[in-house]
Amino acid sequence: MKKGSCLEVKGITKHFGGLYANDRIDFSVEEGEIVSIIGPNGAGKSTLFNCITGFYPPNSGKAFFFGEEITHRRADAICKMGVARTFQVVQIIGDMSVLENVTTGALLRYTKIGHAMKKAEEVLAFTGLGEKKDYLGTALTIADKKKLEVSMALATQPKLLMLDESMAGLTMVELRGMIDLTKRIREKGITLIVVEHVMEAVMEISDRVVVLNSGKKIMEGPPKEVVRHPGVIQAYLGERYVVSQ
Amino acid sequence: MQKLTLKQICSGLIALIAVGIFPLLTTNTFAQHVMILFFMFGMMGVAWNIMGGYAGMFSFGQVAFFGIGAYTSSYLLITYQVTPWVGLIVGGLVAALVGAAIGYPCSNLRGHYFAIASIAFGEIVRTHFNNWKLIGAAEGLSLPMLNEGFKNFMFHSSKLPYYYIMLAFLIISLLVCYLISTSKVGYYLRAIKESHDVAKVLGINVVRYRLIAIMTSAFLTAMAGTFYAQYVLYIDPESVMLLPISIQIVLISMLGGAGSVMGPVVGAAILLPISEVTRVWLGHKGTGVDMLIYGFLITLISVYQPKGVWGLFANMGKRAK
Amino acid sequence: MTEQLLQQVVNGLLIGFMYALIAIGLTLIWGVMNIVNFAHGDFLMVGMFASFWLYTLYGLDPIFSIPVCTALLFVMGVLIYRFVVSKVMSGPMLAQLVVTFGVSIFISNLAVYLWTPDFRLISQPLLSGTWVIGEVQLSIPKTVASMGSVITSLFVFLFLKKTKTGKAILATEMDREAALLMGINTERINSFSFGMGAALVGIAGAFLSTYYYIYPQVGGVFGTIAFCVVALGGFGSIEGAFIAGILVGLVQTLGGFFFDPAYKYAIVFMIYLITVWIRPQGLLGW
Repeated sequence: MKKGSCLEVKGITKHFGGLYANDRIDFSVEEGEIVSIIGPNGAGKSTLFNCITGFYPPNSGKAFFFGEEITHRRADAICKMGVARTFQVVQIIGDMSVLENVTTGALLRYTKIGHAMKKAEEVLAFTGLGEKKDYLGTALTIADKKKLEVSMALATQPKLLMLDESMAGLTMVELRGMIDLTKRIREKGITLIVVEHVMEAVMEISDRVVVLNSGKKIMEGPPKEVVRHPGVIQAYLGERYVVSQ
Repeated sequence: MQKLTLKQICSGLIALIAVGIFPLLTTNTFAQHVMILFFMFGMMGVAWNIMGGYAGMFSFGQVAFFGIGAYTSSYLLITYQVTPWVGLIVGGLVAALVGAAIGYPCSNLRGHYFAIASIAFGEIVRTHFNNWKLIGAAEGLSLPMLNEGFKNFMFHSSKLPYYYIMLAFLIISLLVCYLISTSKVGYYLRAIKESHDVAKVLGINVVRYRLIAIMTSAFLTAMAGTFYAQYVLYIDPESVMLLPISIQIVLISMLGGAGSVMGPVVGAAILLPISEVTRVWLGHKGTGVDMLIYGFLITLISVYQPKGVWGLFANMGKRAK
Repeated sequence: MTEQLLQQVVNGLLIGFMYALIAIGLTLIWGVMNIVNFAHGDFLMVGMFASFWLYTLYGLDPIFSIPVCTALLFVMGVLIYRFVVSKVMSGPMLAQLVVTFGVSIFISNLAVYLWTPDFRLISQPLLSGTWVIGEVQLSIPKTVASMGSVITSLFVFLFLKKTKTGKAILATEMDREAALLMGINTERINSFSFGMGAALVGIAGAFLSTYYYIYPQVGGVFGTIAFCVVALGGFGSIEGAFIAGILVGLVQTLGGFFFDPAYKYAIVFMIYLITVWIRPQGLLGW
């Protein structure tokens, strides 16, 4: 096991009946990296997230966070250790204001509401939602909800942030904002694993890209190499495109 | 949940004073009785709210805790001459433990599933008490007529002491609810209500906080049960274990506004006089008219004011914005 | 001893088929529109009283009053859906839970007001008496009622799988949005399903009235048991409700036989709690 690895995933396998959503997935992420996980729909990307973060118990395989095993731990315990994540379908607390939402996240590290709220305001200033702090969760646009979800995750002061399709459904302007936010998060020293479909974002932010298809990892490497790889092209676009290259 | 504003504190004090001097202004014992029941159901509504309005665990089985409290303190009084004040605490603890025991396996139940489980729980407890010879089974328990006084938690000549004690209990439960709502526990319960996934991802131990809510709610509800036993001096499964009591508790919170501290009190203030008055005027013939009206009201409220009345009051001051 | 056991098994099956029919109506309503109908037991009561009054006032035997009960309860269900339930569909969950309680209290006390709380019985149904097969006694009304329930359940399966409306109901159950996109009028399906659920339990009431006491609060226990059956079988699953109904009937009689008859319902409720602990979606639910 590499020393200093932020996250190490070894042989994670998850099947539902006969369907192997994750089939012996191996990869590791160094501290400070941004690693993107890509793959066609149904490749098993969100399942992998769920296995790592304690939402599904994997059938076999292990995951390590800075050397400590996190497989089969409870999801909230993994969060306490410093792993935060967002969901493919954005999850926020609709009945609370933006500030209250983020405060709930901050309460992981503070007991007093006052301190947690102050931390929450800092986080909101960082992510750019400060002006909307009194808006009710249900009143936000989808882009702001995604930003809120990221803010809540950041409030738990993670060392590793796992984003599940945060760029989906955004306009050009919103996308640019999210890409910049991701870079600023990395500048703060937080490692990022990002599941993404929006290729221009992947190309711009990733140090490395891991490609999944039908439950298996088919390739990993720097973004420019990955997109030219025949296996990757075939997975996304089918054989004819590979031949035509 | 915001901290109280000066305006709110002042109106609260005025209401408190009004309620405090009310029984001194009237000798109508029925009115005093209605107020006592209002306080009691208000307290149980507030207790329910901690589980239901805040944490999203809509319990239709609160009456089980009420009965456990009543029976525990009464049994200890009758058999071991334990003062009801100690019985009160013990009853609360027993109820909390039972709540935790049933709450744990139901940790992942939400919405309708949890509601039905709570009904099943209430009915199981009632059946058990109906058949448990140790505590009188269907015949119930009659409390001994002791000398009147604070120590014995029994007053024969006037309802006034009961009035003030129940009011004090209500205030205690409101304080507990307020403290929860403005603390980490309150935030966490509201997150749990929204979604277990959101809660987990923010590092919240869902099971632990749900149990905290259940145990607090159970303890407070059991306190009301002990009070009731000391008030009427006779309890049996038919009077302290029935499902309709649970439904009334839910209704009060819903009518007043689940999820706000004062909501259940408002709901109780509206509903108790109505249900007591209709019961006395219309119910004694056994024709069921009082319950008919009650059922109609419940339906009406669910359709037209499901978020409760408290929201209307709270917004009246803000409408100018 | 074995004859008594066999007797209890038979009794369990007989009551189980009745529970199955009652539960099918409930699970249909739940599956289609996510409403737990706490008034379901009271619909049963209305069916029983309808059958009783048709017998007492017009001499119509319960078996023949089934079509009337079906129609009556269907209309009642549709009206209650249209004027009450549909209005809380978009409201908070708490309102959805409480509203059918309100309907339940209203209906059962309306019955008290109109007909007094007295217990009634249909004294001379067409089918009465007992079959004796070996050591086992089969009460004829109970057996007819149970077989009737089985046949009705079969009709429901066929209706849902083979007719256009039935398939539309199944589609709405499985994925409401997809059904809408396919042009299914989900609001009408809701009305229809609520009416159908009520009608089914009305039929069960007619059957039940041939041998059970009829009184305004009779819906209470049957209603609560129906929830346990539905939860055990899996909310939304018709087949699940059928199987679970039989299981619950058996648990009730055998549990009462081996432990204490006074606890027979408590045992059923315990089974519910254990089931949702171990397998929250029930036996066949999704």
